[in-house]
Amino acid sequence: MTPSRAAFAAILGKDLRTELRTLQSLPAMALFAITTFVIFRFGLDRTSLSGSLASGVLWATLLFAAVLGINRLFVAEREEGGFDAIRLAPIDRSALFVAKATALVVYLAALELVTVPIFAIFFLNDLGGLLPLLAVLALADLGLAATGTLISSMAVNSRARDLLVPLVLLPLAVPLMIAATGATEPLLEAGGPVYDRFGSWLLVLGLYDLIFGLVGYAVFDFLLED
Amino acid sequence: MPPEQEDSQAAIVVAGLRRDYGDRPALDRVGFDLEAGASLVVLGPNGAGKTTLLRILATLLRPSAGQVRVLGCELPKEAWKLRGRIGYLGHEPLLYRDLSGRENLRFHARLQGIGGAEATARIESVLAATGMERRADQRVAELSAGMRQRLAICRCVLHAPELLLLDEPDSNLDAEGRELARQLIGPGAGRTRVVVTHDPDRFLPEADRVLRLGIDERAAVA
Repeated sequence: MTPSRAAFAAILGKDLRTELRTLQSLPAMALFAITTFVIFRFGLDRTSLSGSLASGVLWATLLFAAVLGINRLFVAEREEGGFDAIRLAPIDRSALFVAKATALVVYLAALELVTVPIFAIFFLNDLGGLLPLLAVLALADLGLAATGTLISSMAVNSRARDLLVPLVLLPLAVPLMIAATGATEPLLEAGGPVYDRFGSWLLVLGLYDLIFGLVGYAVFDFLLED
Repeated sequence: MPPEQEDSQAAIVVAGLRRDYGDRPALDRVGFDLEAGASLVVLGPNGAGKTTLLRILATLLRPSAGQVRVLGCELPKEAWKLRGRIGYLGHEPLLYRDLSGRENLRFHARLQGIGGAEATARIESVLAATGMERRADQRVAELSAGMRQRLAICRCVLHAPELLLLDEPDSNLDAEGRELARQLIGPGAGRTRVVVTHDPDRFLPEADRVLRLGIDERAAVA
């Protein structure tokens, strides 16, 4: 049996190399997010946002941008025989789940590296909340990656993949988004960040990550069976 | 005869195999056995279930009924023991189009637990054997169908499998490619082989056993 770490490194390395070479996911995700910020900026006719509105704009944009990447996560495996290759190899198939979820976390982090500063330039007067926001982003990314990887692997074999992913993922992501917006809202208050219930929301995010991470790890092997 | 009563030297024992797709049986009452080191050639018209049989033997599909034992492992229960011991060459090359040939082979080597200098040596060896060493840094998407098939053959034998499951192995290969492939996956390679083909003239001379699959009829073994 190939050690899971070696299989994980091989699959993750392959995915990141392919994305760097083809740029099939990240540019689309970033362009979607930036365009949405521009639409919000002119649609709301506001030069600054704070509190719940700022939090809502940020997370709605990041969530729908993430869906674009999640949709494509397993396309190469489906269209180029990667699923068969992995099923033929003497590896723990959960390594595929962990590698794909990690690749998605990397995509989301790269997306946020580009789009959160743009969000701040467009909408924020006070940048003091950005540093603690990193913790919220990290935990929400882990949750989105766990759920997104699971849903994407189930939907990829369907011709209605582009419809199925949002249809199943978005309801599952509601608790995550409630916690993420709840944690972000006080950080983006007009007078500077406040930490009211910040820890509680981080705990909820962590629990979501743990539950969906474990569920994905446990059931992924069965999803790869014919 | 149940697989457990068969000769322990048999590499493959299949009895009463059935595989359904929905209500339609793709394979029904298929049975045969194959000694270690021997070649089985599977013939039959389109839709007879040849590829389905190969995918079941490769652990990629579960049988609906019947008993299948491959290299001493009962399928599907012990499929996990078998992976890594099979070289599978199907209709798809199982290569990523946006990676080069070498990158693809290194990826497959790592999945098979082969790394470092050993992986490099094996990759260069199979590339040289298929005449692909000078084209292996090109992206697979830029290669012709024949070149991809050569790379797929490299992938198939990279981990030195005991059993080769080959679906139309000569497809897209030119005369030189067929001859080079023969050295790696031909009967002289010393491995047990199951070859699915529509070209009996080419493969029957290599066959130790022949399995003819028909539509709506029992498989016949010669």
